[in-house]
Amino acid sequence: MKSNTLILRTAALAIMPLQLMFSVFLLLRGHDEPGGGFIGGLVAASAFVLYAFSFGVGSTRKLLRVSPKDLLAVGLLFGLASTIPSLLAGEAMLTAMWWQLPLPGEGYLKLSTVLVFDIGVYLAVLGTLMTFVIGLMES
Amino acid sequence: METLMAYVIGILFAASIYMMLRRSIVKLVIGLIILSNAANLLIFVVSGLTRGSPPLIPDGAGEVTGVVADPLPQALILTAIVIAFSVLAFAVVLIRRAYEVVGTDDLDEMKDTDT
Amino acid sequence: MMLLAVLSGFLLALAVPVLYRLTGRYIGWFLALLPASLTAYFAGLIPAIRDGGSLLIENQWMPGLGVSLDFLVDGLSLVFALLISSIGTFILIYAGSYLKGHRDLARFYVIMLSFMASMLGLVLSDNLIAFFVFWELTSITSYLLIGFNHEDVEARKCALQGLFVTAGGGLVLMAGLILLIFITGSYSFADILSSDVSIHDHGYYTAAAICILIGAFTKSAQVPFHFWLPNAMAAPTPVSAFLHSATMVKAGIYLLARLNSSMGETPLWSHTLMVVGTVTMITGTYLAFSSTGIKKVLAYSTVFALGTLTLMIGVGTELAITAFVCMLVAHSLYKGALFMLAGALDHETGTKDLTKMGGLRRSMPWTSAIACMAVLSLAGIPPLFGFVAKELIFESLLNAPVGGWALTTFALVSSILLVAVACLVFFKPFFGPPQATPRQPHEAPFSMLIGPATLSLFSLFFGLAPFVPEVLLLNPAVTAIFGGDVQTALALWHGVNIPLMLSVVSLLAGSLLFARWQALQPGLAIINTVAGRVGPEAAYFRMMQGITQIAGWQTRLLQNGVLGVYLLTLVLVTFGLTGYTLFSRNGIHLSLDFSDGYFYEFGIALLIVTATVFASITKSRLGSVASMGVLGFGVALIFIHFSAPDLGITQLLVETLTVILLVLVLFKLPPFASFSSPLERCRDLAVAVFAGVVMTLLTLAVLDIRYFDSISRYYIENSYEMAFGKNIVNVILVDFRQLDTLGEIFVLGLAAIGVYAMVKLKAEDQHKP
Repeated sequence: MKSNTLILRTAALAIMPLQLMFSVFLLLRGHDEPGGGFIGGLVAASAFVLYAFSFGVGSTRKLLRVSPKDLLAVGLLFGLASTIPSLLAGEAMLTAMWWQLPLPGEGYLKLSTVLVFDIGVYLAVLGTLMTFVIGLMES
Repeated sequence: METLMAYVIGILFAASIYMMLRRSIVKLVIGLIILSNAANLLIFVVSGLTRGSPPLIPDGAGEVTGVVADPLPQALILTAIVIAFSVLAFAVVLIRRAYEVVGTDDLDEMKDTDT
Repeated sequence: MMLLAVLSGFLLALAVPVLYRLTGRYIGWFLALLPASLTAYFAGLIPAIRDGGSLLIENQWMPGLGVSLDFLVDGLSLVFALLISSIGTFILIYAGSYLKGHRDLARFYVIMLSFMASMLGLVLSDNLIAFFVFWELTSITSYLLIGFNHEDVEARKCALQGLFVTAGGGLVLMAGLILLIFITGSYSFADILSSDVSIHDHGYYTAAAICILIGAFTKSAQVPFHFWLPNAMAAPTPVSAFLHSATMVKAGIYLLARLNSSMGETPLWSHTLMVVGTVTMITGTYLAFSSTGIKKVLAYSTVFALGTLTLMIGVGTELAITAFVCMLVAHSLYKGALFMLAGALDHETGTKDLTKMGGLRRSMPWTSAIACMAVLSLAGIPPLFGFVAKELIFESLLNAPVGGWALTTFALVSSILLVAVACLVFFKPFFGPPQATPRQPHEAPFSMLIGPATLSLFSLFFGLAPFVPEVLLLNPAVTAIFGGDVQTALALWHGVNIPLMLSVVSLLAGSLLFARWQALQPGLAIINTVAGRVGPEAAYFRMMQGITQIAGWQTRLLQNGVLGVYLLTLVLVTFGLTGYTLFSRNGIHLSLDFSDGYFYEFGIALLIVTATVFASITKSRLGSVASMGVLGFGVALIFIHFSAPDLGITQLLVETLTVILLVLVLFKLPPFASFSSPLERCRDLAVAVFAGVVMTLLTLAVLDIRYFDSISRYYIENSYEMAFGKNIVNVILVDFRQLDTLGEIFVLGLAAIGVYAMVKLKAEDQHKP
């Protein structure tokens, strides 16, 4: 399935990068404002779906570079990996760990297992949805 | 407002169950969609509805001041929405596959596992 | 150390496949090192319990549940542990030859070692729950062992029968043990044995005693549960020699002996044991006498021994318990030996049928010599240990508190039959004219004879010098069972007295009976056929058939394959029960107070309802898909309006994707069709409306009543404090309830894999014409 509408194609090319950037933005700010892995993943997925509808499945696969299944697997792996540091630190599994890295100049970079986990959710959601859509469009 | 929503939820449940009892598999799918919406609304409504105060902690503050909406059912529903969608996708693909194999969309005909 | 000793069997079992590759045909010898060293270890514990003391070795397992891996070592458990590990040593060596070249030999050793470890755990556990776990483990491993030749239908059936009977009894036993825990308030055998709480006077005593007795009876093959034991002979002979002589079937006896001092001494306990024991004893010897397969004969004589042991516990005097311990040891020694010899005969001649063997003493001289010793012990002829046990049995029965003469008579009858059986087992294969057997008979290999020879020599040694085992083990064991200090006095020669006379009578009568064996066979066969039709085994088969029929009937009724019926049942039951409970607990909270809503909120509600109703009645697919979109956006508006921005965004995105999904898939399906009749539609409508009403009432009731405070307060207060996040919903998802979310993304993954598989499967189908 592939659309031949020029307007859709042009719009998709313009909108898609914005959507992807927005999805990452939603993911990163999720801890403090509305957003998070689920929502970010959904936005990213809809960006790729839009692209798939305008340019076809083949080019979407090329754009993704990795198979959606692998995205899903990496997402699940991130999710699992985020539970390990607390074990290494001798805490109960799933205890959140936080690190503050001083940035050059002022401010700190907040890193945490929670963020790793949220990235895992993002990738898992994106991978799942792309598996659905690409699989169905190919069949 | 919760009272009104209680009636809306009742209607949604009734419609979903009626649709799921139909023998056409396409109607079953519609019934499933209504059901997941009804369930989400149910969880959302019974914890009480609050207007205009989302469960966010304002900048600079360490704690919520005043009344906020209950975050717990929201967390439940958020995952429920995504799960419901993937279950729906699974069901829809399964149904289409079954239709292709069995060659009928009448659920009463689809009772033999050997076809 | 103790923990390692008990569990080492399981650990070694894990390594067997690798070891098998390394050691090849010598694996039996190699693996036997474990039980041999265990024997040495247990023997090293003898000094600690010699004065009737006991050791309690504590290991935590699940302290929160009262389950521990504490081990109780006293005379009783040590006797059992030594029997298990020493006989196990020889069995492992023996099996290496018996099953030489069998392609599943490694599997055999895995299960056998696990069984041995379970059995050790069973007899050494102090904790009742751990005891039960090991008890069930022996049931399961013995199931695997009996059905070892799993390609044989008969073996599978027999294994299943054994499992049903012993595991069924195990369930009853569990109920009994739980009742016992209720009564005493303790999970520990040691506590129960030493506690002053009177178990007998407790209201649960009768129930607990009956349950425990049934559990023990099924395991130890007492009438009417005896039928599984001879059928279990479908197992390879090493299994029979280990499980069905010395270990598995003695587990029930162990339990009875273990609990005797705290639960016994009531008429219920002792009379039941006496009656069941006597009946089992007589049945066992009679059936042994009337069988022709050598393994069946031995199996039924095991039933006899188990009956006798039960009877001895039932009699319960000092003398009877002494007889019990002697019989236990004597039987394990001679029966283990006899089973291994029977396997050797079977292995070298190719037949199990006693009537088809004869004159083998020339071709198998060593086998016949060892068999001679074991059979003498079986028949109770001096100077073997079996004689000591037999004398004690007669003596204790003569002095029994109730029914002494009646019990003695029964014991005499079964003893006569047993002598005849002993003659049968010895003279039939080794004497008489040589017969043509499927295989040319020759002497069994050394590894198959070392076990029986050693066990028989022990029989002889214990018979000649009974004070040696007495001082070391038997006296502490009697003390442990009896629950008080006991001084036993074992001797081979008691002088001329009534027990000796009874022995002589049984020997003479038994030999005469054996002489008539051939002539009696046809008559016995008729009796057995008749008994087989009405006996407990027939009842077992009728019960199994009944279960299958009921299962078939209810499957046809409930699993009829029509989705509509499933749904109707589900909906009616769920909503019926919910509605009933709601109504009976809370009454109806009907409310029509809509005054707290704004007009645009009414607008959203109306939008949702209209879209839903339209989707339900429209005949157009596109219309219903579109109205699903409207419904979804309506719900999203509700979320956004009532302070749930995250939900609103998610719902909007998912709604978009849902419509795309439906467009991709649904339009490849046929258009809406109406299959059902108007009547069906009215029925479904009524059910649906009923469900809707219940849901509305439920929602209203929940809004009205709060049974407990919300737990959300905790999350709201600690979101920033503990988790450094300001979006509380997100913090709950990725921090407080991270495990749930982790589970949920795995569900997503599963759904994706499922969809992928279905799509791919189809693609592959198309490639194949």
